[in-house]
Amino acid sequence: MESETNKFLDEFTQSEYKYGFVTDIESDMAPKGLNEDIIRFISAKKNEPEFMLEFRLKAYRYWLTMKQPNWAHLKFPQINFQDIIYYAAPKQKKTLTSLDEVDPELLDTFKKLGISLEEQKKLSGVAVDAVMDSVSVKTTFSETLSKLGIIFCSFSEAVQKHPELVRQYMATVVPYTDNFFAALNSAVFTDGSFCYIPKGVRCPVELSTYFRINAANTGQFERTLIIAEEGAYVSYMEGCTAPQRDENQLHAAIVEIIALKDAEVKYSTVQNWYPGNKNGVGGIFNFVTKRGICKGSNSKISWTQVETGSAITWKYPSCILLGDNSVGEFYSVAVVNNYQQADTGTKMQHLGRNTKSTVISKGISAGMGQNSYRGLVRINKNAVNSRNYSQCDSLLLGDKCGAHTYPYIQVENKSSIVEHEATTSKISEDQLFYCQQRGIDKESAIGLIVNGYAKEVLKKLPMEFAVEAQKLLSISLEGSVG
Amino acid sequence: MLLSIKNLHASINGKEILKGINLEVNEGEVHAIMGPNGTGKSTLASVIAGREVFDVTEGEIKYKGKNLFKLSVEERSREGIFLGFQYPVEIPGVSITNFMRTAVNEQRKYRGLDPLPAGEFLKMMEEKKKLVEIQSNLTNRSVNEGFSGGEKKKNEIFQMAILQPTLAILDETDSGLDIDALRIVANGVNTLRTKENAFVVITHYQRLLDYIVPDYVHVLFEGKIVKSGFKELAIELEEKGYDWIKKEFE
Ligand SMILES: Nc1ncnc2c1ncn2[C@@H]1O[C@H](COP(=O)(O)OP(=O)(O)OP(=O)(O)O)[C@@H](O)[C@H]1O
Ligand SMILES: [Mg+2]
Repeated sequence: MESETNKFLDEFTQSEYKYGFVTDIESDMAPKGLNEDIIRFISAKKNEPEFMLEFRLKAYRYWLTMKQPNWAHLKFPQINFQDIIYYAAPKQKKTLTSLDEVDPELLDTFKKLGISLEEQKKLSGVAVDAVMDSVSVKTTFSETLSKLGIIFCSFSEAVQKHPELVRQYMATVVPYTDNFFAALNSAVFTDGSFCYIPKGVRCPVELSTYFRINAANTGQFERTLIIAEEGAYVSYMEGCTAPQRDENQLHAAIVEIIALKDAEVKYSTVQNWYPGNKNGVGGIFNFVTKRGICKGSNSKISWTQVETGSAITWKYPSCILLGDNSVGEFYSVAVVNNYQQADTGTKMQHLGRNTKSTVISKGISAGMGQNSYRGLVRINKNAVNSRNYSQCDSLLLGDKCGAHTYPYIQVENKSSIVEHEATTSKISEDQLFYCQQRGIDKESAIGLIVNGYAKEVLKKLPMEFAVEAQKLLSISLEGSVG
Repeated sequence: MLLSIKNLHASINGKEILKGINLEVNEGEVHAIMGPNGTGKSTLASVIAGREVFDVTEGEIKYKGKNLFKLSVEERSREGIFLGFQYPVEIPGVSITNFMRTAVNEQRKYRGLDPLPAGEFLKMMEEKKKLVEIQSNLTNRSVNEGFSGGEKKKNEIFQMAILQPTLAILDETDSGLDIDALRIVANGVNTLRTKENAFVVITHYQRLLDYIVPDYVHVLFEGKIVKSGFKELAIELEEKGYDWIKKEFE
């Protein structure tokens, strides 16, 4: 493994100049592969200020010295980083004229999700009438926000319009040196969201990437930065509950959250990227670094995730509890079916006094799926009177799937309390029979039982997300029990 | 005839439990099934409901004149068969309201009806709650989770009242009930009785049959119905126990 990586790195560094080229700045797409020229090209394309290019290059050079981590309970083929296109101008999808041209399987899923016809058209790229034009929705929405001084835009736009904020906060929570995929993202990220809530402002709406239509095709190396100033509040929803048949194999995103004194940020994700087919062919490799810092006292960051997609998920939304009395929360439902693998969990770093964290993880494994919870709770010696409560439950459907729990607990002072509970259960034949006896068929029964099992987490989601997440849970487990 | 069972044999993991059951139930009738522990009463109920862990090795069951074995568990339910469980199952995180709404709407779908509007459903819930006198906040709790023994049994009758089955099999619904609850449960059953439906009541105690008066009483022993009679048989059993039947049988 190691020698392979070295070999790969060798080829890589050698090839860099051998295949050096002058990229045509007018072209919409970079050639395959990664080197400093490609990074300069991306930066130039995006008309970035000098500091950004410097940052990318530093990240890239650092990445060259790193090895892909292999400690996770995941098996997947070696990724060829030179076989990836790192920049393509937002794709102009072929516009279809009617829903008849859309993949029937996709339509079926839409129907099950209860997505309206208009919405279905939009999501599958069918031309939509002017009334439904999302641009107008976006405009009214942006006006409401800007009156409050809230900045909500694409990351690229923020780099242009608010470079000082980007410069001040970017990479302060996830430095490019953090890990292999974070370094890669820092070098080549294309776009993402930027969100700034000024002092004392409660954002009145759920901010959602839903409105960020133009960034829909740049999900591969996304970068999101959320800043909540003193006393600010925001609830942010990531993702789209429609099945994105994105064929980009590798996704490596970064999300950074900064919560200052008395601020609160709720970050919710429903992830249902392409999981590969029933035989485990295809699917997204999702390597995400998500971290928030509760910088000021009494601040709070809460992560809620429902993960049903991707072939490989490597993801640990974390909290650094620096401010005294700050609170970190992690609520997660992770589903694996067929050949999906997930290694996910959280890190709660207690640094401030009286800090509190709660971890509720619900893993659901079906088919040949492998689901691992990996969680670190570290209470620093200065973090006196701190508390953590962790609960990790695993639900197994069938006997070929797996559930694994890797808790790491480090407590460096005597006044803090850490509690960890873990359970593993199965959907019993009794429960299924009971439901069926009331007229509920097996698949609906599984949906019902699984949703009941995940309820503690689902209820943390914003309303509109929760309903869709529930349906998604049932759908992603369809056909998992014979 | 509503239900007709002929020479029914059923086994689990190769062990035969039912060894030739014959039973006929007409619309409007109440049948009581009694018998010592472990003789196959619950097994019979499960086989009628279609539980897959039991293998039917011989015999037939006709329900409304049709071969019951052709129907899945849920189809049997939608055709009006209800089983009140001896040991109701817990479903964590699923409220009774949500559970019953799903059940009612699946049943309606089967009959070609639209889902019941939420308002109407809740109204029906309120009505039926009164019938079985269950605490109103119970329906917000997860199905059977942390319920007392009596609450679980009342919940079964409550579900029966909502689903209004044609054939209700109540498996020891009286066990674990206090006197008041017993009366309430019996009342529930009596209110739901019509000329079109039938009840099969599995019980160990003649006491229940004072409230729910059966047309027939059967004794199940070692996988067979060894004696059938009228309600007086239950009184006789209460007095004498099962020994005389066992002797007669042997
Ligand atoms: N899942 C099972 N696996 C193995 N044996 C079983 C199973 N279910 C029932 N049995 C056996 O079948 C026999 C009949 O059980 P059943 O539950 O039908 O009895 P019962 O007449 O209802 O008894 P009780 O009055 O105690 O409720 C018993 O010997 C029981 O152990
Ligand atoms: Mg029994």
